[in-house]
Amino acid sequence: MKKKRSLSRLISKKEVEHLAWLSRISLSEEEKELFTGQLNDILDYFRLIDEADTKNVPPTYNVLDLSNVFRRDIVESSLPRDGALKNASKKERGYFRAPRIV
Amino acid sequence: MTNPYELSAKETAERVKRGELTAVECVSSVFDRIRDVEGSIHAYVTLMEDLAMKRAREIDSKAKSDKRPGKLAGVCIAVKDNICTKGVRTTCSSRMLENFVPPYDATVVERIIQEDGIIVGKTNMDEFAMGSTTETSYFGPTRNPWNSIMVPGGSSGGSAAAVSTDETVLALGSDTGGSIRCPASFCSVVGLKPTYGLVSRYGLIAYSNSLEQIGPITGSVSDCALLLEVIAGYDERDSTSVKTQRNSYVELLEGGVERTRIGVIKDFLGEGANTGVEKRVWEAVHKLEDLGAFYEEVSIPSLKYTLPAYYLIAVSEASSNLARYDGVRYGYKDSDESCNWSESFSRSRGVGFGPEVRRRMILGTFALSAGYYNEYYIKALKVRTLIGKAFNRAFKAFTVLIGPTMPFPPFKIGEKIKDPLALYLCDVDSVAVNLAGCCAISVPCGFVDCLPVGLQIIGKPFGEAEVLRVAYTFEQNTDHQKKKPDI
Repeated sequence: MKKKRSLSRLISKKEVEHLAWLSRISLSEEEKELFTGQLNDILDYFRLIDEADTKNVPPTYNVLDLSNVFRRDIVESSLPRDGALKNASKKERGYFRAPRIV
Repeated sequence: MTNPYELSAKETAERVKRGELTAVECVSSVFDRIRDVEGSIHAYVTLMEDLAMKRAREIDSKAKSDKRPGKLAGVCIAVKDNICTKGVRTTCSSRMLENFVPPYDATVVERIIQEDGIIVGKTNMDEFAMGSTTETSYFGPTRNPWNSIMVPGGSSGGSAAAVSTDETVLALGSDTGGSIRCPASFCSVVGLKPTYGLVSRYGLIAYSNSLEQIGPITGSVSDCALLLEVIAGYDERDSTSVKTQRNSYVELLEGGVERTRIGVIKDFLGEGANTGVEKRVWEAVHKLEDLGAFYEEVSIPSLKYTLPAYYLIAVSEASSNLARYDGVRYGYKDSDESCNWSESFSRSRGVGFGPEVRRRMILGTFALSAGYYNEYYIKALKVRTLIGKAFNRAFKAFTVLIGPTMPFPPFKIGEKIKDPLALYLCDVDSVAVNLAGCCAISVPCGFVDCLPVGLQIIGKPFGEAEVLRVAYTFEQNTDHQKKKPDI
């Protein structure tokens, strides 16, 4: 897969930085370079689906013919507070402790 | 005398029920074996010897007290480390979940325990099931039992390697785009991806939830049927679980393949496929023909779009599913208290997730972003419709479809890991099954240069009984499955 469409890169380093920010993922400088090259190779290959004729074809989100799966509205016992908090790295007075907002 | 760890699940449970063997003997034997070979395989992330011995003693006293032992009495089972086990850490082979201890059991785990199966440990995998080699594990790679410099396949590589080396009798894996079938093929064991909706996903840590299923990895087709029988069935806690009649897959194994119509998928052979692999697959087809089946070649042109469509859907769902890892409620948390909300999340996620997981999330965020959404994500979902229709048409003419599980035999650890696209291309024969929601099994069908080859038998949705019957008939009339790695 060495064929690179270097003339029309599908995604720039700046876009990779923005996508990483949207995904809340920190990347090192080297990773930004590396990922940009790799993501271009991958997206270039993905363009193969462009040629598939999907005119008037509906999308399949899920293979099952299910919609609105309801259950009866009955109160049941749930995970106790201690159990829910057990895996939190920081907790305070029975709550999760989150990072500061601003 | 045969060591208990060498017995099949069926035989183990029968002997335990008859009182000829105790569950404690089974568990000790398996842990002796683990002590012998685990150092050169690295199939497990966490071993559960104390818990397993305690369960074994409970089952033995139950057997003595005239209570009917379950279908898996005394049988050791390894569970992939993305399936929740109450009180036992479940890591997804990721630093993100290195210390995560689930407060509940997955439905499949509950069902195994109900049938007196004994969970012996949690198996190594590609991080968050993203990979085809088990090399992306935070805890280091698993080695192929047939040649330790080779990959065992992935992402359920630990489960397949553990079954292959008798470090367990049965194992559970999960299959999003081939993650059960690929390592089953590379390790010369049996692996089944059930129809989407047959097995509850409750307690399976989500990667791509419209594609993945939990399924058995075993040493024989009859053990595969037995474990499937235990884990399959409706579960109200999984809203995509389907209400089906409960089958005894074990009872449906016999019957042979006479008049079974087999479609050999031409698109999986020829260009791109290793000639040795192709040869083994044809030998298998001719074997089935000798046994009374008839075959015809079939071409499914839309298969050439499956790989990009699959990856676009998988990474999109992954970017949404893995957004939950914020380091607040569970998971790795960056220790710098001075960071604000967004910086703290980015740093925790940047360190907690390995490069492949981050790459896929970024790709998914791209495919779902305004401006690209229709061109990539929706387009992939439309291609998925085409592939589903093509399989439906094929199943009007054929009972099962056949091809190789993997286009080539196992390759060297480190050979492809630096080239993500080359790794994605390994999944070319396995992902269509997940897109179409079919079921498929990989069974051993021989070797190329001393490395295993897997035969893939694909069935229509909820066609597990047919797939298992064809696989069982093949296995009963060949000896590929009896060969064990020299370890």
